[in-house]
Amino acid sequence: MLKIENVVAGYGHITALKSINLEVPQGSIVSLIGANGAGKSTTMRSIMGLVKPTEGRITFEGKDITSMKTHDIVKAGISLVPEGRQILQDMSVYENLEMGAYIRKDAEINDDIKKVFKRFPILDERSYQLGGTLSGGQQQMLAIGRALMARPKLLLLDEPSMGLAPLVVNEIFEVIKEISAEGTTVLLVEQNVRQALKIADYAYVLETGKIVLSGPAEEIRHDPRVMEAYLGGKVE
Amino acid sequence: MFLQQLVNGLTLGSLYAVLAIGLTLVFGVLNIINMAHGGIFMIGAFVGLFMVTVFEVNIFVAILVAMVVGAILGYLLEFVALRPLRKKNVSHLAPLISTIGVSIFIESVALLVWGPQTRSFPPDFIGGLIDFGMFKISMVQIIGLGVSIVLMLILNVLIKKTKIGKAIRAVSLSTETASLLGINPTLVISVTVMLASALGSAAGVLVGLSFDAVEPMMGVVIGFKGLAVLILGGLGNITGAMVGGFILGVSEVFSVAYGASSYRDAVAFGLIILLLFWRPQGLFGSKDKGGRP
Repeated sequence: MLKIENVVAGYGHITALKSINLEVPQGSIVSLIGANGAGKSTTMRSIMGLVKPTEGRITFEGKDITSMKTHDIVKAGISLVPEGRQILQDMSVYENLEMGAYIRKDAEINDDIKKVFKRFPILDERSYQLGGTLSGGQQQMLAIGRALMARPKLLLLDEPSMGLAPLVVNEIFEVIKEISAEGTTVLLVEQNVRQALKIADYAYVLETGKIVLSGPAEEIRHDPRVMEAYLGGKVE
Repeated sequence: MFLQQLVNGLTLGSLYAVLAIGLTLVFGVLNIINMAHGGIFMIGAFVGLFMVTVFEVNIFVAILVAMVVGAILGYLLEFVALRPLRKKNVSHLAPLISTIGVSIFIESVALLVWGPQTRSFPPDFIGGLIDFGMFKISMVQIIGLGVSIVLMLILNVLIKKTKIGKAIRAVSLSTETASLLGINPTLVISVTVMLASALGSAAGVLVGLSFDAVEPMMGVVIGFKGLAVLILGGLGNITGAMVGGFILGVSEVFSVAYGASSYRDAVAFGLIILLLFWRPQGLFGSKDKGGRP
């Protein structure tokens, strides 16, 4: 569904991605793991057109999206839940969800808002509250709900568990599994390697701008290098 | 006396408010101060004047035409002077300088075409005074106040309720987040500058009418007042621009009325300095974002 081929990207003189290849098959959950500064977020930003690759190609459903503008990529069917959630602070929860459906003109927007409220009842309770007043976990739920409002074919999640309490993290990962089960393809960037590998079908390990390991998540989970570097040396 | 001055002050303030809203809208989406706003304000005044004197239309049609011309100028301003500078590796001060350039250009062209003399609206163009006993209000004031308030109400609904208004707010908050929602920031910025310029133009007609004076340099001083209101209200904050406009107008009029007519700007700006000592981020700005809403 999504194919990244030999992509080189960076900021000014810093090359954050040194020719990476990555594939996200339709219907799967793919996890991209790695340490801070490995290039995970840059990969996400390149897919969304926020960073323009200097080399290589990104295709989505066979269409070259490498040089497309961000809002056109969203229209093509990819939504990003950005790092740090990026909630519209001075808009209500409801308005935030409405803005998620900005590209849509159909009549089912309200039904979809109800679906988000059903998935995250806390957002329903706080629908009139300003986005900026929510707690971190609630903001993450809102960010995911907002991204789903665009009805993406591919959902990108950048560090959805960052800064959240363990219980909330579990809830977020449950929701990601549900979203996937409902037919949306998911590409997940995580530092919470254990959880990310547990729910994923495939995984890629990124180290200083290069993919050093890839394969079915189950295999990656038992790879001695990954166990040592990311999982504290023992298998669950 | 007091009530009379209050009415005068509110009228003047409403004009400042409309002017400053234009500045604040552009600041919101682009994070720059549009120094060409005063120039567009002046062109608006001339367009309004010529609509009234040459085409002999009524004042409301004249304002509408001035707003359309203002919007077109706003589009050109954005396309020529701002959009090419919205790239990486361009200093964030570059767009500010380029709007100063546009402002000088507009003023020079106006001087060349219309000359430096002050023009006025036809005598008795708009009725006389209405006496309410406690205070008198002229038709010019009623139009000024009325049109400003209607424009502000329309703008409020536009920003709060419509899709494009919400897109403007989203872009104001973060261009990147907006684009991730599928909003085309270039389009939204263009529309915002057009909207702001239309408001500036309308303010031009109303100020020209209120002071009965239209001349090529009229945008310069009032441009600074708009800037003061923008900072007083809190950068990028529409409510702030409205309240700030009224504060400046009322304080100016009162300083003239109570004996300090030659100090009117000094008193008004002095008051703004005091208010900023108390709230450096502006009346409606939040502290952590340096005055941004």
